[in-house]
Amino acid sequence: MATIVVEVMLKPEILDPQGQAVAAALPRLGFTFATSVRQGKRFEIEVAGTPTAEQLAEVEKAAETLLSNPVIETFLVKVEA
Amino acid sequence: MRIGVVTFPGSLDDSSALRAIRLAGGVPVPLFHASDDLKEVEAVVLPGGFSYGDYLRCGAISRFAPIMSSIIIAAEHGFPVLGICNGFQILCESHLLPGALTRNQGLHFVCTDQPLTVENNSTPWTSGYTKGDRLVIPIKNGEGSFQASAETLHELESEGRVVLRYAGTNPNGSKNDIAGITNARGNVVGVMPHPEQAIESLTGPSTDGLTFFTSVLHSLVGR
Repeated sequence: MATIVVEVMLKPEILDPQGQAVAAALPRLGFTFATSVRQGKRFEIEVAGTPTAEQLAEVEKAAETLLSNPVIETFLVKVEA
Repeated sequence: MRIGVVTFPGSLDDSSALRAIRLAGGVPVPLFHASDDLKEVEAVVLPGGFSYGDYLRCGAISRFAPIMSSIIIAAEHGFPVLGICNGFQILCESHLLPGALTRNQGLHFVCTDQPLTVENNSTPWTSGYTKGDRLVIPIKNGEGSFQASAETLHELESEGRVVLRYAGTNPNGSKNDIAGITNARGNVVGVMPHPEQAIESLTGPSTDGLTFFTSVLHSLVGR
């Protein structure tokens, strides 16, 4: 069994108020390392066996159609053992 | 004149929209997300709410409901469609309208009587207004910040496709104070404010919203 991971992030030019709220909260807890924070989504998709190139292409298609909105988001598909 | 209102799982303002159509003088027709039957309506309203819990992204799952396949085809042939709030989000996810609605700047759910300016009165939904009219219509949303690329914004502005703009303070960080837009053909309109909640002085801040529903009835008669 393998896990196909799809990570979805807002495009850099799209305002991310959630990330901004996290960035503002960090220094209140004494964490001063961050100059900026962007928040995204991670989908973990279980498949039987080793993912085939065909399956990965299908996941790419699903990521483009449903999991992300290409108008405001970018996505990345990767396989985790 | 039959005007449909779609109920999705999680729609909230479908009954208000049906009522607004009736008060405007039309025949309200309830439509259901799981059927692709438009029941011979001549225009359709996608109401506000939190369809499918607004999980994933607002409107993302509703866009694939059976009724939407029929609406997308009809809209491409000039059928009048109005998306209100969650309905606007569904129209953007369906690519019937450009751009997207994202989390409000400041992260607050904003519920207020919002001053607005009418920018475009050439759509079937706004033909009863005069350009420049000031309206007060409630907004109530957490993800109403209109975002689009610079090219899309330029296209919307240069083609006069901004239908409503926030007057006074921008409540949610929408680009160019945009509260509503239309497609290139002008038959599909999406607005974040809720015209169906401003149709009677007893319950609304004004009756400014009723004109959306009387406009479409007049447009359909004149066609």
